[in-house]
Amino acid sequence: MASLATTFGRGAMTNHWVDIKNADVVVIMGGNAAEAHPCGFKWVTEAKAHNNATLIVVDPRFTRSAAVADYYAPIRSGSDIAFLGGLINYLLSNDKIQHEYVKRFTDATFLVNDGYRFEGGLFSGYDPATHAYDKASWAYQKGPDGFVVTDDTLQHPRCVFNLLKQHYSRYTAEMVARVTGTPREQFLKVCELIAATSAPDKTTTFMYALGWTQHSVGTQMIRTTAMVQLLLGNIGMAGGGINALRGHSNIQGLTDLGLLSNMLPGYLTLAGDKEQDFKTFLDKRAFKPLRPGQMSYWQNYPAFHVSLMKSWYGDAATRDNNWCYDWLPKLDKVYDVLQVFELMHQGKLNGYVAQGFNPLAAFPDKAKISRALANLKFLVVIDPLATETSEFWKNFGEFNEVNPAAIKTEVFRLPSGCFAEEDGSLVNSSRLLQWHYKGEDPPGEAKGDAEIIAGLFLKLRELYRTEGGAFPDPIRNLTWPYRIPASPSAEELAREFNGKALDNVTDPKDPTKVLAKAGEQLAGFAQLRDDGSTACGCWIFSGAWTQVGNMMARRDNSDPSGLGNTPNWAFAWPANRRIIYNRASCDAAGKPWDPRRTVIAWNAKATQWQGMDVPDMRPDAAPEQNVGPFIMNPEGVARLFGVDKLADGPFPEHYEPFETPLGTNPLHPAVVSNPAARLFKDDREALGSAKEFPYIATTYRLTEHFHFWTKHARLNAILQPEQFVEIGEELAKEKGIRSGDQVTVSSKRGHIKAVAVVTKRLKALVVDGKLLHTVGIPIHWGFKGVAKNGYLANTLTPFVGDATTQTPEFKTFLVTIEKA
Amino acid sequence: MALQSLDIKRRSATTTPSAGIRSTPELAKLIDVSKCIGCKACQAACMEWNDLRDDIGTTAGTYDNPRDLTEHSWTVMRFAEVEPEPGRLEWLIRKDGCMHCADPGCLKACPAPGAVVQYHNGIVDFHEEHCIGCGYCVTGCPFNIPRLSRADAKVYKCTLCADRVAVGLEPACVKTCPTGAIMFGTKTDMLKQAAGRITDLKRRGFAKAGVYDPKGVGGTHVIYLLQHADRPELYSDLPDNPSISPMVSLWKGAVKPLTSLAFGMIAVGAFFHYLVKGPNRVPEEREQEVDQ
Ligand code: SF4
Repeated sequence: MASLATTFGRGAMTNHWVDIKNADVVVIMGGNAAEAHPCGFKWVTEAKAHNNATLIVVDPRFTRSAAVADYYAPIRSGSDIAFLGGLINYLLSNDKIQHEYVKRFTDATFLVNDGYRFEGGLFSGYDPATHAYDKASWAYQKGPDGFVVTDDTLQHPRCVFNLLKQHYSRYTAEMVARVTGTPREQFLKVCELIAATSAPDKTTTFMYALGWTQHSVGTQMIRTTAMVQLLLGNIGMAGGGINALRGHSNIQGLTDLGLLSNMLPGYLTLAGDKEQDFKTFLDKRAFKPLRPGQMSYWQNYPAFHVSLMKSWYGDAATRDNNWCYDWLPKLDKVYDVLQVFELMHQGKLNGYVAQGFNPLAAFPDKAKISRALANLKFLVVIDPLATETSEFWKNFGEFNEVNPAAIKTEVFRLPSGCFAEEDGSLVNSSRLLQWHYKGEDPPGEAKGDAEIIAGLFLKLRELYRTEGGAFPDPIRNLTWPYRIPASPSAEELAREFNGKALDNVTDPKDPTKVLAKAGEQLAGFAQLRDDGSTACGCWIFSGAWTQVGNMMARRDNSDPSGLGNTPNWAFAWPANRRIIYNRASCDAAGKPWDPRRTVIAWNAKATQWQGMDVPDMRPDAAPEQNVGPFIMNPEGVARLFGVDKLADGPFPEHYEPFETPLGTNPLHPAVVSNPAARLFKDDREALGSAKEFPYIATTYRLTEHFHFWTKHARLNAILQPEQFVEIGEELAKEKGIRSGDQVTVSSKRGHIKAVAVVTKRLKALVVDGKLLHTVGIPIHWGFKGVAKNGYLANTLTPFVGDATTQTPEFKTFLVTIEKA
Repeated sequence: MALQSLDIKRRSATTTPSAGIRSTPELAKLIDVSKCIGCKACQAACMEWNDLRDDIGTTAGTYDNPRDLTEHSWTVMRFAEVEPEPGRLEWLIRKDGCMHCADPGCLKACPAPGAVVQYHNGIVDFHEEHCIGCGYCVTGCPFNIPRLSRADAKVYKCTLCADRVAVGLEPACVKTCPTGAIMFGTKTDMLKQAAGRITDLKRRGFAKAGVYDPKGVGGTHVIYLLQHADRPELYSDLPDNPSISPMVSLWKGAVKPLTSLAFGMIAVGAFFHYLVKGPNRVPEEREQEVDQ
């Protein structure tokens, strides 16, 4: 998400599932949609059957997606930036870019600060002591008017376009083949197929998932693709875009609602330690336009933030107390999951609530997680299932060899309902909020999550009220306006995140016009105010439950355009827009690049943007006004140069996985792996080398199962009963392993045993002159459930995280394999 | 199930004519192997609709699970890794199950009156209440589909959701398939649909794409669309030119003139017992019961 937000302004799938049917070329890379998203995959089939689309799959394994692809190319796990950087180089050197688009809708013409450098694998500003960058030099040049200096001729050596060319000139087809193991011809074939969609009326869509996020350079892998799509002019177009396929049905909702340690709902952010002053906090986030006339929509940040605080604290939030700013935590550092478990491991964190997730199975280095959990005083598990985490203290023989007597952690298990046992909305990858109704009551003593959390809150509040405490205000003053305080309903919560008027909201252009009367539900986030007259629990969801009613429950699937837009089916954030950045689907004059797939167009007579979708643009902004299509970016355009948004550089660079099979980086041997990645000291020592562990391992999901849940379900267990690992025929031969044999796979951190599946679908690749084998490790087994008991795959994975998002590197590490 | 007696066109070991006042169009299920992603949703749907649960098995070194058809698993996906041309890997995933032949070997082989029926719409169904557990249909089937249950000595196989189809619904697997790889309709429509797909596949480089609707069994009501129609064996040994075992034809020829059904049964039973024996795993007592 970070990569997309850095490039385009919003961290979400740009298009939507149904729109995939409009693509000319579909690329599945960094994911395996047929396997992990079989239902959504139907739109790929549609694109092939009805739009003559070509499906390309690039993956270390010949996957279920590859089984129906028109073209498959193998790649070494973890080397995607080299491949995609090579693609950028191919597009630039073969002049296969959408020139007008690049010039007008990206920062290609912007000049970059003279201090910015990239040398020997490092960007300017690196501090080896802290493993972090000072990002000051990663900036645009600004003129005396405060705006960025540009060169429309693209001649200036410091313009983004030329720096981009220079950066990726090193990524020749030969270098790509050497780093990725993809045979040169196959790489070039993929380039050629994708490059054809640089024509203004042709589109490629990219579909990716955790195959890109779960690397120490995951964010940058995705960003490279975002840049490719900009060069091809494919963002904002029907059938284009970069489509982040989320790994859980509501994980998009999780990030939208800010359930990350440094976020607030709607991608608002928590303040850092140094941001004690409210005004500076807001100013820093309410970006001023970097080019004349740009919308820079985050200028409305104060309205979003104040409305959130009004929603949380009601009358207690006033202008005088800065809308309770002092009650918000100020971060000394980011408390991502790796950091939290590191602290737990050090004994510095002694209570933990695991709600709806299974850290023992889901986080890297199971042994470390297990030791960390054993340091806790208490662990609360809120889950519909008896998870491995909730029984981490129990001995399950070889699958969980612990000594219960030595573990003092007190575990509380609070059984919750599952999604089918409650009303509510789920946000899918398409940013679509769809309402659903409960099918059954939760069994036994299980309760809905809202009820469980409400119970905890009410008890805590009572304790703070009666006994006081270190800092009671934020708890005592939290609004709790629910009809049954012990059980807030889904409807009440949804109305709350949509927002309502606390006072009459009037039209800024005509104050006599009342847009929403006090007490009414708001129609959308345009009605939010920074003066305390509105309350809104998540600004991007505003419009989901208006005065008209529950927009998420709409079920009109009519599709007037035939492009699958269905504007009256449920509600998509933002503002029910289905394809975001859709202004970019038109040329400078407001005419669609591809009239057959018109998303919106400028209607000069009506002086309005109109079309099948909600324009992602001020509706009356005439094309002559040159308002850029990326309205969330202060530039108004998308960023090829990531400025200071990401922790590890403004341009993506190939770095080796932390457990590299090569031991070097052919692009710059002195800097092998991501210099800014998240890696704690002890974990560095738990990294293995290729000498001991010569094979690349990668973990993944199977269609038959969903994470660690469905091994509890008989049907799924029948379809895929027992843990296995996959190896290629060459490696099998070398090791004397036959299909069906029991094998042991070990990494520096532990071992698992499983059945071997010997397959032609995992080919050895020649990388940097070495023949490299890959071991494939599906993740779905554990020691709870009805499927055959097995080992948690994360026994093997390293405790390393991406530099910006800290997502663990589950996709590439080193192992060895033997017949058990 | 015998609720649709008006729709029955043929019954096993029956010489009286079937009901003929109602006719239904000939239906077919088209399995487009080129669209199948092997997700097994159809397998799950089959188990759910028919309320069957197989054992939780083991992994034998492939993705095939359950490993084979059983009395509980009426359809399974068969995964084949093949290289039709050197260096060009394909993962051909075929949904295996009853083909609902126009000329069904099981029905012909079955000595029990009405244990196997064929409907006017083409569906071949087992009516287990009439099944005597002899297992001759297993031998009669050129596709190795029927499975004899050890628990109750009855045979089971895909019904093409005859119960759903009878009330105007599509088979459960068809409804579930996320990619539209399984389609259902009149056989004419399915062949038309297949023709369009063949054009598309040919354009994508599969020169020999075509339909599998083998003539040796009079055509089938489950038809495959194959990328390599000239080489069905690539698809986990789909028979190239299936036909009913000559043994079945032989006894069929002999039995026709016989009027006494009981006599026919005994004669045929003995004949088969002598000839085949192999695939038939009926408990000994049961076999004797039938013979008596
Ligand atoms: S449901 Fe469809 S795609 Fe999935 S395995 Fe069955 S036929 Fe193939």
